[in-house]
Amino acid sequence: MTAPGTALRSPALRARLRGYALFAAVALLLLVVAPLALPAFRLDELAKYLCFAIAALGIGLAWGQGGMLTLGQGVFFGLGGYAMAMYFKLHDADGDLPDFMVWSGVEKLPALWKPFESPVVAIAAVVAVPVAVAAVLGALVFRQRVRGAYFAILTQALAAAFVILLVGRQGLTGGTNGLTNFYDVFGRDPEAESTQRTMYFVTAAVLGVLYLAARQLVKSRFGRLLVAVRDGEDRVRFLGYNPATVKTVTFAISAGMAGLAGALFVPVVGIISPSLLGVVPSLELVVAVAVGGRYALAGAVLGAVVMNYAKTEFSEQWAGGWLYLQGALFILVMTLAPKGAVGLYEQVKDAVARRRTPERPVPAQSVQGEAA
Amino acid sequence: MDSLLNQVPIGLSIGAVLLLVALGLTFTFGQMGVVNMAHGEFIMAGGYTAYMLQDWAGSQAVLAALPVAFAVAGALGWVLERLAIRHFYGRPLDTLLLTWGVSLVLQQAARDLFGAPNVQVVAPGWLTGRIEVLGGALPYARLFIMALAVACVAGIWLYLSRSRPGRRMRAVMQNRQLAEVSGVATARVDQLTFFIGSGLAGVAGVALTLIGPVGPSIGTYYIVDAFLVVVAGGLGQLRGAVIAAVALGMLNSYAEFWTDASLAKVIVFAVVIGFLQVRPQGMFVLRSRALT
Amino acid sequence: MREPFLRPLAAAVLLPAALLTACGGESGDGAGGGASGGSTIKVGVLHSLSGTMAISEVTVKNSETLAIEEVNAAGGLLGKKVEPVVEDGASDWPTFAQKAQKLIKKDKVATVFGGWTSASRKAMLPVFERNKALLWYPVQYEGLESSPSIFYTGATTNQQIVPGLDYLKEKGKKKLYLVGSDYVFPRTANKIIKAYAKANGMQILGEEYTPLGHTEYSTLVNKIGEAKPDAVFNTLNGDSNVAFFKQLRSAGFDAAKLPVMSVSIAEEEVKGIGIDNIVGQPVAWNYYETTKGRANDTFVKAFKAKYGTGKVTSDPMEAGYNAVHLWAAAVKKAGSTDPEAVKKAAAGLSLDLPEGKVTIDGPTQHVYKTARIGVVRKDGLIDEVWSSKEPIKPDPYLKSYPWAAGLS
Repeated sequence: MTAPGTALRSPALRARLRGYALFAAVALLLLVVAPLALPAFRLDELAKYLCFAIAALGIGLAWGQGGMLTLGQGVFFGLGGYAMAMYFKLHDADGDLPDFMVWSGVEKLPALWKPFESPVVAIAAVVAVPVAVAAVLGALVFRQRVRGAYFAILTQALAAAFVILLVGRQGLTGGTNGLTNFYDVFGRDPEAESTQRTMYFVTAAVLGVLYLAARQLVKSRFGRLLVAVRDGEDRVRFLGYNPATVKTVTFAISAGMAGLAGALFVPVVGIISPSLLGVVPSLELVVAVAVGGRYALAGAVLGAVVMNYAKTEFSEQWAGGWLYLQGALFILVMTLAPKGAVGLYEQVKDAVARRRTPERPVPAQSVQGEAA
Repeated sequence: MDSLLNQVPIGLSIGAVLLLVALGLTFTFGQMGVVNMAHGEFIMAGGYTAYMLQDWAGSQAVLAALPVAFAVAGALGWVLERLAIRHFYGRPLDTLLLTWGVSLVLQQAARDLFGAPNVQVVAPGWLTGRIEVLGGALPYARLFIMALAVACVAGIWLYLSRSRPGRRMRAVMQNRQLAEVSGVATARVDQLTFFIGSGLAGVAGVALTLIGPVGPSIGTYYIVDAFLVVVAGGLGQLRGAVIAAVALGMLNSYAEFWTDASLAKVIVFAVVIGFLQVRPQGMFVLRSRALT
Repeated sequence: MREPFLRPLAAAVLLPAALLTACGGESGDGAGGGASGGSTIKVGVLHSLSGTMAISEVTVKNSETLAIEEVNAAGGLLGKKVEPVVEDGASDWPTFAQKAQKLIKKDKVATVFGGWTSASRKAMLPVFERNKALLWYPVQYEGLESSPSIFYTGATTNQQIVPGLDYLKEKGKKKLYLVGSDYVFPRTANKIIKAYAKANGMQILGEEYTPLGHTEYSTLVNKIGEAKPDAVFNTLNGDSNVAFFKQLRSAGFDAAKLPVMSVSIAEEEVKGIGIDNIVGQPVAWNYYETTKGRANDTFVKAFKAKYGTGKVTSDPMEAGYNAVHLWAAAVKKAGSTDPEAVKKAAAGLSLDLPEGKVTIDGPTQHVYKTARIGVVRKDGLIDEVWSSKEPIKPDPYLKSYPWAAGLS
């Protein structure tokens, strides 16, 4: 970000290097500055936002790049979260029944729970189960060319049904309470500050890796095909590709990300419950992505972190106001800046660039000015 | 066996409720591709209209509220269309998120205006009785809702098939561009459609005061079901909406009778998802050669 | 198009991180505000101020802040004023856990008053236990819990469900139908009811659960009509009650024809259900606005003066109010706000509160409560028609009831 070097003549290369430098700066901030500057519980909160950011990244992929508005991402978040929590519960119970089963009158460990005694199975299931569910659902739905609003409503109904099922099978799932009160997270006390710190680093690292991977995916051939499907599904079909496959794969990937996010959420916050997974939380995630900017993966991350942060802060100040603010913000973003904060930023940047130097690339300074 | 028959009128009455809440959506969604998440809050507006009218209409408020709620909710919908939705044509998914924002604001506004607890709407005395049908009791309130649903469907049918604006509405629904080049003022038709669609939600809201709570969150209880009816019935299809609502009502009543309420809901969702596998565009489809 | 990916990411993380850091800064000085030093004693008040539970929890928050003001008006505690730090649990259980953590670690509060749903309590429990902090939970609940970090000032099952059943038995109701929302409290309550019925020669004709927020009860009413029970035991929650009572009544079942014993309907909810639909129906609680006694007159008067004459007081509100006064008395007795000292001082502590004499049971950290059955009157308030002769000793695990063996 220093003065444009003489050695770096190609603007493209310079832009890319600047990109990496910024990514490194963010990584530095997340991995070094934040842990040093923030008290433990704030760091824990940030870790929670980062979990949502991981799920949002998946939505950015499915919706922003692929045009599939999924309003049921909470389902996959939940599947991952419960898979992880089931392992913790069984581990704590150490051969006995988990506490909630005792007070729900369950006498024998249900067969569904058996495999989760193994941490390997549980961790594999965190990703595998959401991916499998999304793949099957996607294969069925996309092959029938259910799309657009239909798909959105179907996924919303899925979220509603999932929550009812979770709540209704209390002996199996803990009902509305969900699964909580873990004593041992891979040999550590989940409430201890050191554990929370570790979990923060793990979450930040996962987010970083997934972000880079998603970005790579978007830039690949597959990514271009995905955008093509979003912009003209029929045309892609006429060109000899099968849009259903492209969409199914993407949907499954986004579900896997949500599952991973849910699994990380469990040790970070110490609970997984249906209140996180229904229609409204799923929509809120999408909202966050829209506010951040759906067409850029970073927008999804930005939106999830900022919106969740704002929600926490705002509800501390003026509880009822949050709904007004969220609603109003949303109406404004959708009408005035449908590309979200990132889109707005791009617009401003282009305008500035046009006025200053019509032909040359944007100087880095203006970028910093916007970001700060 | 008695109780098995009993479930028939119950299924029909659940169907009538579903039909009332979904009817307006069929048109706003069907004609304009607008996924109006604030539809539930228009239902709420209808309920509160009945509540407000109690001051002068007393226990007959429910009856008096029907036309007023139609106008109030319709006006809300019209304002929403004018201010925001008209900028969104061709972006149905964006309207979904936009109207969700609107629904949040309306919910909180209701909370601030009327308070968070449910309010009391007294049913008229002549609606408190019941008749015996097929060995079970069918409350007048339920009969009233069924009659109202039938009246709304008949009204809409007449409007669509016999009136000039109704014909225009169908024209826009079938092919917007063609209607436009044929001289139909589509913007005007859209306004009217949104007014009527939202107004119907208001009517539904009044009817629901007879059987359910009247509070800031009632919209959220009905919105998902309403969309399922529309999706299963096919966009903009009056026939489809009627059949889907009755079918889902019946399914709901029998599924709940044989299992329990939680499982019944899940079964209904599963059946709709399964059904869309067979008929991805719903029961009835507007045939079109156009590409999306 | 240029790559818009990375730069916004920087903003994404820089902005909130910077804000968080700013917030973090305050916590340094916050340390002095708590139990040690400082001019005030901070206490947390953690309820849902937004979301679906706000409707109920805000009223409890109100009565708790009222009680805190009363404590301050009476000279405060240990020479200091009590300062409430109000937080929003947002009807979301993980949020409860995180806000509890914030109150304990950042604000360093001496204790927290909060929660309503069992789910929120279960979510907060590990936070309080691991941090050796103290929570006062003010709502009736399903029992089977006795955390060393929680004081329960609402009824446990043997102070509400069991007396409700005793009352029905006394009235000769032998055949019951159980209706509840699908979550922990109704399921546990119904388990207890079934065991009670078995031991007392009563019959359970049906047991039905509906999802939270369910509003379609015609099928259920039909099932009840078929089964012809003597009474219904109702553990539905929130808006479902409105739909249930409206639809039950329009099917011809009123209080005379079919009594419905409810345990989650208080003065607050009656209006929304419609007084006509529920008038004459029995409810089971430990307190009503109409409960006799000087302490209650003071409470009701103070509450209406502060929040408006149109407001009613109810059992959970009173339990929240009690929690604050009990804690204050324990702090005075202990001469410290240290949780361990407070717990020690609280054991056996007895106060005259709106519901009558309330004593803390040391071993369970629940309170002795008088059970009261009330009947909804025409103006929406509730009249007491039956009460236990004396405050009932809390027994969250129902150990003293032979028929309940094997339940927990």
